Amino acid sequence: MAKPDFNVPRLAEYLEPPQLAPDAMAGSKPFKASRQHQAALGFPGELVENWEEVAIAKLGELLGKYRSLRVYLDGCVKCGACTDKCHYFLGTGDPKNMPVARQDLLRSVYRRYFTPAGKLFPKLVGARDLDNSVLDEWYSYFHQCSQCRRCSLFCPFGIDTAEISAAAREILDAIGVGQKYCNEILGKVHAIGNNLGLPGAALQDTLAGLEEDVKADTGVDVRFPLNVEGAEVLLIPPSADFFAEPHVDGLIGYAKVLHQAGITWTLSSYASEAANFAMFIGNYEQMRKVALRIRKAALDLKVKRIVIGECGHAWRVAYSFLNTLAGPFDFLDRNYPVPQHIVEITHDLITRGAIRLDREANDHIKVTFHDSCNVARASRMGDRPGGQFVLPREVINASCNHFHDMDPDTIGERTFCCGGGGGLLTDDLLELRVKGALPRMQALRQVQQEHGVTHIAAICAICKSQFTKVLPFYGFPMDAVVSVHQLVSNAIQLGAKA
Amino acid sequence: MTAAVAVKGKDLEVDEEGYLVKLSDWSEDVGKAMAAEDGLVLTPNHWEVINFLREYYDEFQIAPAIRVLTKAIGKKLGPEKGSTKYLYELFPYGPAKQACRYAGLPKPTGCI
Repeated sequence: MAKPDFNVPRLAEYLEPPQLAPDAMAGSKPFKASRQHQAALGFPGELVENWEEVAIAKLGELLGKYRSLRVYLDGCVKCGACTDKCHYFLGTGDPKNMPVARQDLLRSVYRRYFTPAGKLFPKLVGARDLDNSVLDEWYSYFHQCSQCRRCSLFCPFGIDTAEISAAAREILDAIGVGQKYCNEILGKVHAIGNNLGLPGAALQDTLAGLEEDVKADTGVDVRFPLNVEGAEVLLIPPSADFFAEPHVDGLIGYAKVLHQAGITWTLSSYASEAANFAMFIGNYEQMRKVALRIRKAALDLKVKRIVIGECGHAWRVAYSFLNTLAGPFDFLDRNYPVPQHIVEITHDLITRGAIRLDREANDHIKVTFHDSCNVARASRMGDRPGGQFVLPREVINASCNHFHDMDPDTIGERTFCCGGGGGLLTDDLLELRVKGALPRMQALRQVQQEHGVTHIAAICAICKSQFTKVLPFYGFPMDAVVSVHQLVSNAIQLGAKA
Repeated sequence: MTAAVAVKGKDLEVDEEGYLVKLSDWSEDVGKAMAAEDGLVLTPNHWEVINFLREYYDEFQIAPAIRVLTKAIGKKLGPEKGSTKYLYELFPYGPAKQACRYAGLPKPTGCI
């Protein structure tokens, strides 16, 4: 691991609100999108001349489109319930990372231009003109929100900071100040089919390699089919599952499960990405365009079911928005949910005894589970409320003998973000990512000390990459993170059914 | 964006993160100069990785997946070196990103 040029927070015995450090993170800014990255998405290539005007008009447009946004901007009573709920505030101490303060960056401008009191008596109601210093704060602090929505859980009005930060990013894009990480990636999705920019031939080569590896490991011919027309299931994983570790071990797990269950399936080189970064930048047209790829792939390949792999925000977009973005899906088999999560499939097969798992295969590790924010607070799994918490844990418990949950205040709907979500998983925000991981690392340290936990399982590509990167800063090995389906992969009994 | 890496008296343009802007600007000296900036001396084993990345990129227009890379390096340098751990020993900032930079390839993007 390379040496950091910032102070890594110390893990104390308990998570305590930090000493306030005003403007500690004012300098944290991601790289800006280039002219080309902006153009590919139809955004201006650089700060437009009349940017104040364009920004206010855009805010007005969003207020008209999303009633929720106006409610959130009007509704805050400054009760303070959210202040110590954000992992970035807890990790950095910067008061502008308190959710209410982050909201106020936009709220103050909203008041100035859209409320009578703010127009007449700006100083009395915390309204301020939109100027360069505000723009600077927006770019910095709206890229210090991972849109995890933990704060909104504790807000008595349910004010959703994620929606406010997404709106702010949408305004920034509209005036020509985009973020490189998100916008470059969205361009690749349109041009190549996935966030990585992995072309079809490379995908084919990678999958052939995985077939060889699984054969060598197990002696079984487990296929990783690509573009197979007429398969039952179209599987859409995050593209990191093809590329990175431990993600790929999860992909191997999905393949083994589908193989053993006898479900025919295929990947699509056209829609080889579950992620939809357009949600992070709050752009509906982009989100729809990315979602429509999935519809087209399903139609072209004549599949009956769409299944999403281990990707947190992809599952939010799929579960909550896919039907409105890209529906109706009346051409799919209505006996199954549209779409389905791979964890739902595996859980069902385990419950019915259709696949068998040997827990002892994972006896060398002790596991905990990190609930991903978008799965936890913006979706569900199975047919019961809270299924998104229960199903992954039941799959893990069926796969290994040693499982221990972390502190209840840090899991389930109260889960802490990994520190890299919402379009912040980029090296230019490393300090923010390391500091924002503090609450999760604290909880992990606790189960390590109390129960000897060695590994943290995750069901999101961003969480997995973020942990791989930040674990070493806190003294954990980088490979202490595993995919949920990696545990399944280790434990599944392949071959003849009993 | 006027950052550059100096190679034999010539400034070659790199992006904000130090990746070559023009792939055709690359030569072994570029890899050496970038490594020197990181305080690293490239050994023959580093070059095995860099050369494989370049060959793979040439064929597929993307860097190889980590498993593809570890398998290839295992074949070239022996199975004990075909591991992510070994690649991180060679390239402490991460094989995908640091080695790609020395190889003159664009930075891999996405959830990695």
